[in-house]
Amino acid sequence: MIKPMRKLSSRFALILLALAALLAGPAAAQSLNVDIVGGLKTATPIVVVPFAQQGGTPLPTDVADVIRNDFNRSGKFRALAKSDIVEQPSRGADIKFATWRLLKQDYITVGRIIDAGGGMLRVEYELWDVNKQQSLLAQAFTAPAGDLRGVAHQIADQIYQKITGVRGAFWTRIAYITAVGLGDHTTYSLIVADSDGYNPQVVARSKESLLSPAWSPDGKKIAYVSFESGNSNIYVQDISTGSRQLVESHPRGINGAPAWSPDGTKLAVALSFAGNLNIYVLDLATRKETRLTTNNLAINTEPVWAPDGQSIYFTSDRSGQPQIYQIPATGGSAQRITFQGQNNAKAAVSYDGKQLAMVQGNGNVYRIAIMDRSLGDQVRFISPGPLDDSPSFAPNASMLLYAATDGRRGVLYAVSNDGLVRQRLVLADGNVQEPAWGPYRQR
Amino acid sequence: MNKTVRVALVALLCVGAAACTKKQEVKPQQPAPEPAAQTQAPVSNGKYTPADLTTDACLKQRVVYFDFNKTEIKPEFQQIMACHAKYLQDRPTAQMRLEGNTDERGTREYNLGLGERRGNAVSSALQADGASASQISVISYGKEKPVCREHNEDCWSKNRRVEIVYTAE
Repeated sequence: MIKPMRKLSSRFALILLALAALLAGPAAAQSLNVDIVGGLKTATPIVVVPFAQQGGTPLPTDVADVIRNDFNRSGKFRALAKSDIVEQPSRGADIKFATWRLLKQDYITVGRIIDAGGGMLRVEYELWDVNKQQSLLAQAFTAPAGDLRGVAHQIADQIYQKITGVRGAFWTRIAYITAVGLGDHTTYSLIVADSDGYNPQVVARSKESLLSPAWSPDGKKIAYVSFESGNSNIYVQDISTGSRQLVESHPRGINGAPAWSPDGTKLAVALSFAGNLNIYVLDLATRKETRLTTNNLAINTEPVWAPDGQSIYFTSDRSGQPQIYQIPATGGSAQRITFQGQNNAKAAVSYDGKQLAMVQGNGNVYRIAIMDRSLGDQVRFISPGPLDDSPSFAPNASMLLYAATDGRRGVLYAVSNDGLVRQRLVLADGNVQEPAWGPYRQR
Repeated sequence: MNKTVRVALVALLCVGAAACTKKQEVKPQQPAPEPAAQTQAPVSNGKYTPADLTTDACLKQRVVYFDFNKTEIKPEFQQIMACHAKYLQDRPTAQMRLEGNTDERGTREYNLGLGERRGNAVSSALQADGASASQISVISYGKEKPVCREHNEDCWSKNRRVEIVYTAE
């Protein structure tokens, strides 16, 4: 099963590259190239038949292709390659189930796109169980042609949820930093894109470093660190309007590592104006800062809130090497959480609080590890190293994004939670770093 | 006799002869040799001037390197601490920015902290040698401004550094 999977992935990469070239508009940010690494024979086989188009001009998006790619990179599904789709029904009544049983497919999706007038399209699809010959879903979306990728991701989400019982997270966005150019001529950009790397939009640009983007829980704002004024400062920027606020700018020391509270009213930050780096909680309405950690020697940074808002995880080297600690969000004593590996840093928390992803360093190898808090803090690695950084969970925790280096270049990987399927997101020119997976979108 | 040897001899003579004036002795030094086995700050009765920043062998050295995950000032940089501390004492209007940097290993925000710790270590060493805290500011770039981009120890050792920048001479 490995071989056909490889073939499939290279074919996918080609199709996506071609699509990326077609879609690259002059105002758009540089597109990410997409390449799937690895495959999974235990994944559920599914057919997504090319959607029939009834009338209208040629469409900018192959909806079925987008859905297939979503399924393949999830690690949970294995979509039959387009070239192996021998029949192309567009309605449930036209499906010959024997054909798909022969091809060992468990599920089949068919659909059609109808011109709804006024520049709108109506996308109808059906999901069928091949063995039971039973309809599982029949839904329709109406959207402008420019939003067909969004519709495709929403269809993938519905099918994913119907079959796995877990809400899909394909119709989400990611943020990341790009660094293009060398030395003093580097331009840094904060980019927001679809979860598969398409539709990149520049949110902020700077000649100095940008880092640590963090999504607000409603997905409308991003907090990030910028060196544009010389020192590190923290900004909160509205993605759709572009308006932004400077929220931390102590002239002395670091203003870094913003993390939103689950209710969106506060930021946990790392500040060193008083001496060493400590964790503070900034109330965004009153601008009141409350110091949380009281250590006077260590580096205390990279805070992240537990989903219940009751505690904050952070990185501290108070024991010598950086390790992950947990402290009540109202202050108190910090408990060390990580004991495996030489050092652990930059925790990310899954939506249910059960999993902590982090960067674990052993010697010169830094890999992404997941610690399962519900399984006696067992640790497993989901990335190969050697210089992996910045893990970030999808809102359903089925996948993660992380940063890695490929030669001299920074690249991003999307990886399934079990570490078995990885997809590389590469910028044509320059580095991609500091990924952050955004929350579910609101319809 | 090459220039380096001559300079070293002059430096040794200077240590012995308490009456040497710093400015005259140091001016002719063009190449930047490793500081000689001299443990004291440059001669105490001559005051540095801004011109010395471009000519003095010790003052010209503006980068302090560190071991991995370490913030201790290594013995070979003690002399640089001493001459820059003396410069700050001699020039009360001078201002210095210490820029802390790290190698690429580890997370970005943690490395910001590590770079700051290195900057603070240099600041403390300068103050211990008599510089005033009001003349020194520290900024950390963490691993954001590498001078070398290979993934090996040779490169990493060049990036683990504090750069001394005079913002007012």
